[in-house]
Amino acid sequence: MSANLINMLIEATLQTLYMVAISGLLGTLVGLPVGVYLAVSQRGELLSSPLVNKVLGLVVNAARSVPFIILVVAIIPFTRLIAGTSIGTTAAIVPLTIAAAPFIARLVENAIREVDSGLIEAARAMGATPFQIIRKVLIPEALPGITLGLTLAVVSLIGYSAMVGAVGGEGLGDLGIRYGYQRFMPEVMLAVVVILIVLVQLVQSLGEGLARLVDKRAPRNRGR
Amino acid sequence: MADRQTSGAAITFENLEKSFYKKGTGQVKALEGVNLDVPAGTITGIIGRSGAGKSTLLRMVNGLEQPTSGTVTVAGHDVGRAGAAELRRIRRDVGMIFQHFNLLSSRTVYGNVALPLEIAGLPSAEIKPRVDDLIARVGLEQLSGRYPAELSGGQKQRVGIARALATKPKVLLSDEATSALDPETTQTVLKLLADINRDLGLTILLITHEMAVVRDIASHVAVIDGGRIVEAGTTYDVFADPKHPTTRSFLSGITGITLPSFVSHRLKAERPQGHSEEVIRITFAGRHATDPMLAKLTSELGIPVNILAGAVEEIGPHPFGNLLVSVEADRGPEARAYLERHNLLTEVLGYVG
Repeated sequence: MSANLINMLIEATLQTLYMVAISGLLGTLVGLPVGVYLAVSQRGELLSSPLVNKVLGLVVNAARSVPFIILVVAIIPFTRLIAGTSIGTTAAIVPLTIAAAPFIARLVENAIREVDSGLIEAARAMGATPFQIIRKVLIPEALPGITLGLTLAVVSLIGYSAMVGAVGGEGLGDLGIRYGYQRFMPEVMLAVVVILIVLVQLVQSLGEGLARLVDKRAPRNRGR
Repeated sequence: MADRQTSGAAITFENLEKSFYKKGTGQVKALEGVNLDVPAGTITGIIGRSGAGKSTLLRMVNGLEQPTSGTVTVAGHDVGRAGAAELRRIRRDVGMIFQHFNLLSSRTVYGNVALPLEIAGLPSAEIKPRVDDLIARVGLEQLSGRYPAELSGGQKQRVGIARALATKPKVLLSDEATSALDPETTQTVLKLLADINRDLGLTILLITHEMAVVRDIASHVAVIDGGRIVEAGTTYDVFADPKHPTTRSFLSGITGITLPSFVSHRLKAERPQGHSEEVIRITFAGRHATDPMLAKLTSELGIPVNILAGAVEEIGPHPFGNLLVSVEADRGPEARAYLERHNLLTEVLGYVG
């Protein structure tokens, strides 16, 4: 493989990492509070507000039902408004974030709902405000689950980022399509696939390691 | 309010009603016409079966449940009518411990005990000495940095108790705090509660389904059944002269004696044809526990009594006992009527052919 190709692969990897990192971060900034709110606004919960919960849930579901490739082209005007352009790697961060946020919101919601309701009751009995309960009980207790959820979201984002070539976004997926497929360079395709596999493995291991680190609960099977 | 202060009640329930809406059955009354004073500085036990309403009653003291009507007064505050901010203030005066401990798995022993103080907004410089003190009081100095998953049930409940005491409450609520613990650990946790009650003058209101817990630490008891308080008073009086059938049935199991297996294997609920023996549990309580009633039964009525098992122990100053006996089934009702007339409690366990 020529030095030129190797440089292209390195550059594409960095572009993928850039898109995934920024959209993952922005998606978390939006998805975390939305997910927490989805969990605590259910009927009978801490900030019970069934109607708002229902509406928000519908919005999240709607965003999640649009296939990513359709989302990318459907929101081009919005992307232009936010990023100043609708073409390129940076512009691709906009649809990636919009795809990530509702996904992350649902994952966070699930993790929060797993928290033992006895802990909420204990905190209420201490005189905690709903906000204190969220900050000091729900989020810390759900952290292992949230960490695993974010890992899953980042892995999905790596997959989504391969589709942004459709709007001129670059990165590994785009390289694989343009060189590996359209120019029929199977060694490029192979290299792209291998790099993607390695990236996903790394993210997964890192995420699981972090989750273990923050998980102070008893191990589920005690076969130590 | 003034007369309540002089009556010395830490918690007062007045005409308390609570109903829930349940799908299918409609309105369900969990509590009906509850009137009860919990004297300040006492350990008061509320005993009842599951579903009797004891948990609902306890949770009204710190406003986790709202009454449908009636009032709950804690240290002069009307809990049911308090606004959100006032309720949070009241809750800092009312500690609570739980059957399943409800400790945060993400926090160490220290962090769990510190939580109510963080919530109360105490500066961290004041939190540390207070938390160290509390952890020492419950005897967990060595385990301060451990996580709950690394502790035994008894240790977890000690953390729960330290946490409940953190905000220096006037009242401690115990929601079946020893029900998930083995008998030995139960004893050490009950002793800790008794020590705290004595040292801090804290009022403890506990709910339980075990008469033994009441016997061991409560000076006052209320028996709840079907959402009503059916009997209440000092533990001494209620145990010595139980009036309500629910109280009696709780007392009858207290010594925990069981039938020998050669009898229990043959025991039938229905009386069989032909000759059979009726197996009866006799409970001796209070003043009549030492009367030689079985001897009298034989000498006065001519009914021979076969003793199968028995135990006598003391509750406070009172002897308290259980006997399992059998008599000829034809004469069973007569024998039971005689014993009941002499203030012993009887219960037919079955028949042996």
